[in-house]
Amino acid sequence: MEILVCVKRVPDTSENEIEINSDGSDIERDDLVYSVNEWDNYAVEEAIQIRDNVGGSVTVVTVGDEEDEEVLRREMAMGADNGILISDDAFEGSDGKGIASILKAEIEKGKYDLIMTGAQADAGAGQVGGMLAAMMDLPYASLVNSIDIIDDKKIKAGREVEGGNQEMNEIDLPCVLSIQTGINEPRYVGIRGIRKVASVEIPVHGASDLGIDASSVGENGAKVKRLDYYLPDLGEGAEMLEGSTDEIVEKMIELLKSKGGIK
Amino acid sequence: MAQQIFAYIGHNNGQAEDSALELINAAAKIDSTAAVTAIVVGSGIDAVCDAVAKTYKEVWKIDAAALSNPNAEVTRKILVNVLPADCIILIPHDTFGMDLSPGLSVKLDSTFVADVVDIEGNEGGNLKLSRQEYSGMVSAHMECDISQGAAINIRPGSFAPDESQSAGGTVTDKSGDAGDIAESTRRFLEVLEAEAGDVDITKSDVLVSVGRGIEDEDNLEIIHDLAKAMKADVSCSRPIVDAKWLEKSRQVGTSGQTVKPNVYMAMGISGSFQHMGGIKGSPYIVAVNKNSKAPIFQLADVGVEADILEFVPELTEKVEEL
Amino acid sequence: MEPALISPAKMLLFGFIPTAIFSLLIPMIGVGLFAYIMAKRIIPLILASPDFRFDRICTRTINVLKLWLGQYRQPRYMVGGLIHILIFAGFIVLSIRSNQLVIVGLSEDFVVPGMGGIVGHIYNILKDYAATIVLITCIIAAVRRGLFSPERYKVPARYGKAHTGEAIFVLGMISVLMISESLFEASSVAASIQAGLHAEYLAPLSLAWFLKMMLLSSSKGTLQVVHILSYYVHDVTFFSFLCFLPMGKHFHVITSLFNVFFMKLDKGTIKPVKWGVTDEQLDDLESFGVKKFEDFTWKHMLDFYSCADCGRCSDQCPANAVGRPLSPRFISIKARELCFESYPLEKGAKISKGMPLIAGLLEDDDKGIYTEDEIWSCTTCGACEQECPIMIEYIDKIVDMRRGMVDEGAVPQSLQKPLKALEKRGNPWGKMEKKRAEWTKDLDVPVKILDKKTTADTLYFLDSITSYDDRIQDIAKATARVLTAAGIDFGILGKAEKDSGHEVRRFGEEMLFQDLKAKNTGAIEKAGVSNIVTTDPHAYNALKKDYDNLPPVEHISEVIAKAVTSGKIRLKPVENKELVFTYHDPCYLGRHNDMYDIPRDVLDAIPGLNRVDMTKSRDRSFCCGGGGLMLFYEPEEEMRMGQLRVEMAEEAGANVIVTACPFCMVNLEDAIKTSGLEGKMEAIDLVELIDNHLIME
Repeated sequence: MEILVCVKRVPDTSENEIEINSDGSDIERDDLVYSVNEWDNYAVEEAIQIRDNVGGSVTVVTVGDEEDEEVLRREMAMGADNGILISDDAFEGSDGKGIASILKAEIEKGKYDLIMTGAQADAGAGQVGGMLAAMMDLPYASLVNSIDIIDDKKIKAGREVEGGNQEMNEIDLPCVLSIQTGINEPRYVGIRGIRKVASVEIPVHGASDLGIDASSVGENGAKVKRLDYYLPDLGEGAEMLEGSTDEIVEKMIELLKSKGGIK
Repeated sequence: MAQQIFAYIGHNNGQAEDSALELINAAAKIDSTAAVTAIVVGSGIDAVCDAVAKTYKEVWKIDAAALSNPNAEVTRKILVNVLPADCIILIPHDTFGMDLSPGLSVKLDSTFVADVVDIEGNEGGNLKLSRQEYSGMVSAHMECDISQGAAINIRPGSFAPDESQSAGGTVTDKSGDAGDIAESTRRFLEVLEAEAGDVDITKSDVLVSVGRGIEDEDNLEIIHDLAKAMKADVSCSRPIVDAKWLEKSRQVGTSGQTVKPNVYMAMGISGSFQHMGGIKGSPYIVAVNKNSKAPIFQLADVGVEADILEFVPELTEKVEEL
Repeated sequence: MEPALISPAKMLLFGFIPTAIFSLLIPMIGVGLFAYIMAKRIIPLILASPDFRFDRICTRTINVLKLWLGQYRQPRYMVGGLIHILIFAGFIVLSIRSNQLVIVGLSEDFVVPGMGGIVGHIYNILKDYAATIVLITCIIAAVRRGLFSPERYKVPARYGKAHTGEAIFVLGMISVLMISESLFEASSVAASIQAGLHAEYLAPLSLAWFLKMMLLSSSKGTLQVVHILSYYVHDVTFFSFLCFLPMGKHFHVITSLFNVFFMKLDKGTIKPVKWGVTDEQLDDLESFGVKKFEDFTWKHMLDFYSCADCGRCSDQCPANAVGRPLSPRFISIKARELCFESYPLEKGAKISKGMPLIAGLLEDDDKGIYTEDEIWSCTTCGACEQECPIMIEYIDKIVDMRRGMVDEGAVPQSLQKPLKALEKRGNPWGKMEKKRAEWTKDLDVPVKILDKKTTADTLYFLDSITSYDDRIQDIAKATARVLTAAGIDFGILGKAEKDSGHEVRRFGEEMLFQDLKAKNTGAIEKAGVSNIVTTDPHAYNALKKDYDNLPPVEHISEVIAKAVTSGKIRLKPVENKELVFTYHDPCYLGRHNDMYDIPRDVLDAIPGLNRVDMTKSRDRSFCCGGGGLMLFYEPEEEMRMGQLRVEMAEEAGANVIVTACPFCMVNLEDAIKTSGLEGKMEAIDLVELIDNHLIME
């Protein structure tokens, strides 16, 4: 099975407060470190496991610049066979649809049975997978948390839906799936793994390679643009209980009694 | 010419989702003068349509036996067939909406915006709206060109529901326009219900809910003790289930259970949108968290800045003394 | 002078078969078989990874004299130890006699060179008593093993069957050896006395002496039969015993001498990924760590052969105590069983090379003797190694297997995040580098941040938890005040400091460790200090053992001890007389660095401080849960180590646990909370305690 996984490099925001820069045009990026979007990492692990079971290859692709090559290498260290960096000044500022159409052009150059994306990213909208599928007229399922390969024509995929339930679907190949976290346990990639693939050639594809009209993508083609970042006004919030622990506990018990928490 | 606005009505077991009443208020922020048409897709949905007609002047019904478990792919095809060009459709940003809308926007050749929490204005087809990014740590204003139509996913609970029930709308059966509704490349098989646990937290009056602040599985005992003292049930946030410290059936949130308690004790829970999305009604929320900046304090009625590992045993002791 | 009885060397069976044939055949077959078995047993050691153990021969010889011949560690378990010492001493004494006996079967007057005359007589008395003591001890041991078996000998069902049968069998064999040897001697002496000939003097009240008394009234014919029979029973048993030893846990009788000689000499260090491969060459290695049996070094295989299954390691292991799926004893036993299965003794039997060790780690194979959780469960506290009487190593093996798992990407999710954060940001929480020195804000003493321009005599190396954790920052603050009070010119590295990588290395992520080490080494060099002090024993151990060519490293307790002695720091008395202090030895200060007294001396320097020791203290200190990445790992366990430790402190009558390690602080404070001991028990760091008692001028 030939599998393509679309990945994205994102700021690693765990543990650190995200701050907005002075003019609100962006988040404060100076002290941020970047890594592969968590959801995408699950998708790559899933792809590798499928390949190991049924054969084939795994290709990872990202739209970005030379800095984004890092995440391709990390995923290749994990076990992806090939990486493709799609990069062109014309692509900068693309909205979701722009990215999806760029990816479509790349995918049409190859022949893939299964295309995966992460279900979402921290600063994203969880849109590229669905758009890509629609553009290519392929079946699509989002929030996929289980995949069974039935044969080379179809798969069985579970989707995470409300209430902790799982919606099972049979989907024809080729198809596009967006992967939810928890579908597997991604393997660890250490420095050693990354060094092993450090010298692997990663092809870079630009607009002309892909036959993309530069005006249809990038900033010009974008219909959705971010104006600024801001910190939302959160309203008045909770009444904070202060004082010694005993006083707080006492007050809380009173409140709980009056609200029916303690009968 | 004003663009037509549609609201996609989510429904479950013959009842419209809460979001049905919220979308109309979201629509009003795009164009306060527009008549908003509700679209209900499914099988045996007359009751839903009638209920929705109390809020929406116009309700389109697409009813077919094959749609008892409609998947996003089929729904998308139907919507493409029935929706007029350049229209705006509002869709709840839930697991179905996430499945449906990106592709729908491609097929309608319109603009897609996900997970909108606020709409600030519309200047000649340039819609200004708000989204949250980085797990809600920051918000962003977005500008989108909706002049050629849009599919906009609205976060449930972000807009006030319209409970006036004064529309007296009409239900129009559009099933005939739906076109081919057979599932083709993606076929629904079944829904696997989450394993039922030993308690049904959706029926609990009082919930003692525990989050990441508990730090370690062994510490869960203090939560069980408090719940026992309060005669409450124990629920939790997603990280606790991910760590397999409590069973999935106790998870509150959009990917877990939806609960409607009278009192909700959020112990060491930061209060993510996904978690709060699982709390319906308006329970009295008590939050204890050692991080004074935790979003839960904005949502709770009463809060204590403390380490639950220290605070909960004290509280338990006093409750037991009662 | 003709002896009273015909010796085995001259006996003719049925009047024409010389028994000397047996005297020749039995040893020949025995030695041949033994040589064959040993050759088979050595095969895996030859195929194993290299290990450099031929250095420091003097130290190694002294170790053999102390630990092997001197049985130094045996009395740590008094009853078992004493039994072992007696049997061991008996064996040493009787080894000469046994060899002599074998040859006596061919040449009746054979005397081991140097064993003639008075020496021989003294030796004979000695060996008579030795045999007697060994027999009595064997009986006691068998009764103890069979009827009053200590808890630690039990084998949990998941690890297989107990080895009581084998133990009793061997005790039986030893008893037969003792009795037959004595019978051989006694029958001869009895016959000589009967014939009025000169008889060898038998030590009074020895086994041979008793047997002689019993045999005195027997006929000469009977005595002759007993004499010959006992000789060959001894001969056969002796060689059977020899060949039986390499079959199981009694292999240690042969291997322990070598195991002690080749023991690890540098405590607290971690072996290189592969001996003979420098850090710079690591990138060229095809595979990292131990994944298959032959990836172990030959010394580690020798460890497996040497394990006597005494259970002391597991009895002391904190992971085992809290029900984690790890019992060090079975790390050895399971590997030995795998080895015996993979390298069968039968001629021509197929050797199975490359048996996987960890279930499910390598593709296409679910076989394996260990589970991943088992290998992650170890806190590397070193209690097992401290206890093993024959110096079997565990930490290096565990680390080697973790290296293998890391290489295969099999790292628990709970550890992946901190490891990635360490790679990106140099600390396991992924906090910003610029916040590393934030604890110095609002501090009442100045703290220099060292670089090329700003320098100081002493570098205070904090490590990650002390830099970032709200609670542990208090230790840093106390340290800054104490160093200032002691008049020490010090500074910190600030954002240039990275995690020391102590646990990174011990969790098997060698390349990440090398990266952190290079960055820290560079920053330390730039700072141009003449010595380093740390409050974190893990950092202390890392800088001392894992890093090279750094200025001398001291733990803060050493610095305080000197400042107290020189009078630079003066301490005021304990105010609250109700407080009873106990000192919890951190593993990486105590066991791994032998620093037990200095912290206690520092405590005792506080006037009026009432201090008690816990039963498990000093080199038997009980790990409170582990440090570094262990804080992130989510083990399967029934209870937490810290909780057990707090209970031990309570038992000792203490209400303040003093420790000298930030991770101990985290674990113990947590345990105090979860054990409901808040208000009754408190944990404090040594530096904090000193800071509280400083007399400010």
